[in-house]
Amino acid sequence: MSGRDTVMASIRRGLGVSGREAPRRQAVESRIAGHPSGLRPARGQLPPKERLELFVTMVERSAATVARVGALDDVPAAVAEFLRRHNLPMRAQRGADASLAAMPWAAETTLAIDAGPPDPASLAAVSRAMAGITETGTLVLASGPDNPTSLNFLPDNHVVVVTAADVAGDFDAVWARLREKYGESLPRAVNLVTGPSRTADIEQTLVIGAHGPRRLHVVVVGEAE
Amino acid sequence: MSAVVTSPAFKANAKAALADTELQKALALVEVNFIVRRRAAADQLPEFEALRDEARDIKDHALAHLDLYLEEYEKRVVAHGGHVHFAVDAEEARRIVLDVCRRLGAKTVTKGKTMIGEEIGINSFLEANGVVPIETDLGEYLIQLRGELPSHIIAPAVHLTKAQVAADFRRCHADLPRDRDLTEPTTLAAEARTVLRQKFLAADVGITGANFLIAETGSSVIVTNEGNGDLTQTLPKAHIVLASIDKVVPTLEDLSQLLRVLARSATGQEASVYTTVSTGPRRADDPDGPNEYHVVILDNGRSNMLGGQFRDILRCIRCGACMNHCPVYSAVGGHAYGWVYPGPMGAVMTPALVGIDKTGHLPNASTFCGRCEEVCPVRIPLPKMLRHWREREFERRLSPATVRAGLRFWAFFARHPRLYGLATLVFARSLAWFGRRRGRFRFLPFARGWTRHRDFPAPMGSTFQAQWRSRRRSS
Repeated sequence: MSGRDTVMASIRRGLGVSGREAPRRQAVESRIAGHPSGLRPARGQLPPKERLELFVTMVERSAATVARVGALDDVPAAVAEFLRRHNLPMRAQRGADASLAAMPWAAETTLAIDAGPPDPASLAAVSRAMAGITETGTLVLASGPDNPTSLNFLPDNHVVVVTAADVAGDFDAVWARLREKYGESLPRAVNLVTGPSRTADIEQTLVIGAHGPRRLHVVVVGEAE
Repeated sequence: MSAVVTSPAFKANAKAALADTELQKALALVEVNFIVRRRAAADQLPEFEALRDEARDIKDHALAHLDLYLEEYEKRVVAHGGHVHFAVDAEEARRIVLDVCRRLGAKTVTKGKTMIGEEIGINSFLEANGVVPIETDLGEYLIQLRGELPSHIIAPAVHLTKAQVAADFRRCHADLPRDRDLTEPTTLAAEARTVLRQKFLAADVGITGANFLIAETGSSVIVTNEGNGDLTQTLPKAHIVLASIDKVVPTLEDLSQLLRVLARSATGQEASVYTTVSTGPRRADDPDGPNEYHVVILDNGRSNMLGGQFRDILRCIRCGACMNHCPVYSAVGGHAYGWVYPGPMGAVMTPALVGIDKTGHLPNASTFCGRCEEVCPVRIPLPKMLRHWREREFERRLSPATVRAGLRFWAFFARHPRLYGLATLVFARSLAWFGRRRGRFRFLPFARGWTRHRDFPAPMGSTFQAQWRSRRRSS
């Protein structure tokens, strides 16, 4: 008997089932097909304007910084401002994301933006989040050529662009968008990021900047409708 | 090859721990930090208590349909090009991991935090077979340098002080300049980051644990703060997930509820920094990610717990709140428990996984104060389960003769209420008379275990039952 069969048989013995019971199968199939939400905290159910304000508050509470800009075209200036403020080299890396590619990077004459495969030596990266989550101040980043996962973790400084329209109330709203966009097959990695990397493993003292980015800067584009 | 179980030596371990001044210094911080932060996080979310009920119900539902959810999960992992390996025991799990490493010619393996990895003793096994495992979670890295087991399930090095960490770095980091400042957690963390960054880039295989497996999507989920788990699973050629059968949950919506209670119960954060949902290996157009994705699903005795009195412990989501709130844990630390899982959840899990005959006093390492159950995000009745273990210990004649004799003696009176009332009255009266001057005893026959460490207060002369009766009469 294979390991799988042994484990399954032992589970079924423990539960006192055969695995063929129709009501059990029905329960599992309908739970997966219907994926019902449970109780959703009230703070994730605010109207758009209050939702965006709370999102910004929660992001800042996670020790990330926030810049508000009017339009996608204003992002390069916000990235340059961030790098300058922290005295960083004026260079950043991005993926193939079309909205990032279409931004007027050339207008920032001191800033070099590199598109292409992640480079372990890069100090700063720019990514576009597919969503924000208000209840926790979380950014949602999907893997793929547009926003390679390693950009979320290798560089010391991570700038994440999220539009006001993409800021959702809670986790459940984001799962719905994932299903809408990707159907039954999720991207290889969906990263939910809440603040810069940290550890409290030494004497429970909080240290920002463990293995991932030391700084997380969120550029919120536009206003709530 | 899994770590040696020293649980039978709990009393000796505890005694040594109480005398260890460095350990006591480190443990003193547990109580202030974890407890206060959890309370604050829970208070900020009005729905928190109701969410705990839902989290409990989700895990109960998943366990009741475990065979079917595992099948659904497996089907979807395979559909995404991943591999699922079921392992009956630790040996089989280790073998599966080594086979993947060998096939890929792996020299080094980076590891995110995995308690299953600890449970199966994967590090020493890989090392013995010529593969170098490198822990990358800061706490796990620290205890790997020392050759220790974790002393806490979410803060493995909670028993160490920064001075000890600095000494370990000076001992183990060959290129470390003598004048490097290693006095503060910030500089220590920076040093570890520099050393481990090179290891991430060089590793052939990355091993992580899994906080959850999602049947609906065929995904594994890790929840971390450092980002080490993500570097571990993104950069190497293969990602191996070490999970156990109880990790599967039905849907993403169920994940929401569990995430809402997990971080708040564990570290008091609204959310951990990185929650990563991973589905299969690198896609055709992916610029990064592992080429192979393997999930090892370990049983190791858990399926046997489904049918009996210990099923509820399989709801555990490994937040660590039970140990953070345990007066025994915060006095003696995690190592005294003698195996991989410490604290109340460890005292319940360990006898189930390694056998009650090999775990000695563990079920007794509790005052039954009930704080663990009060804070458990999935409402596991931990004290009740410890009591079940004590009963089994008694039935199998594993408890010491004095305890058994004492219990028999007490049981006789407990079955004869009138006699019980009379005996306690005589006992209380005479103790009150003997202790009338001091109001306490420095020494009492048959109670040396108590009086060795503290005085025994003299009774006031009346028994509880007598007071109860007179109160009922007067009301």
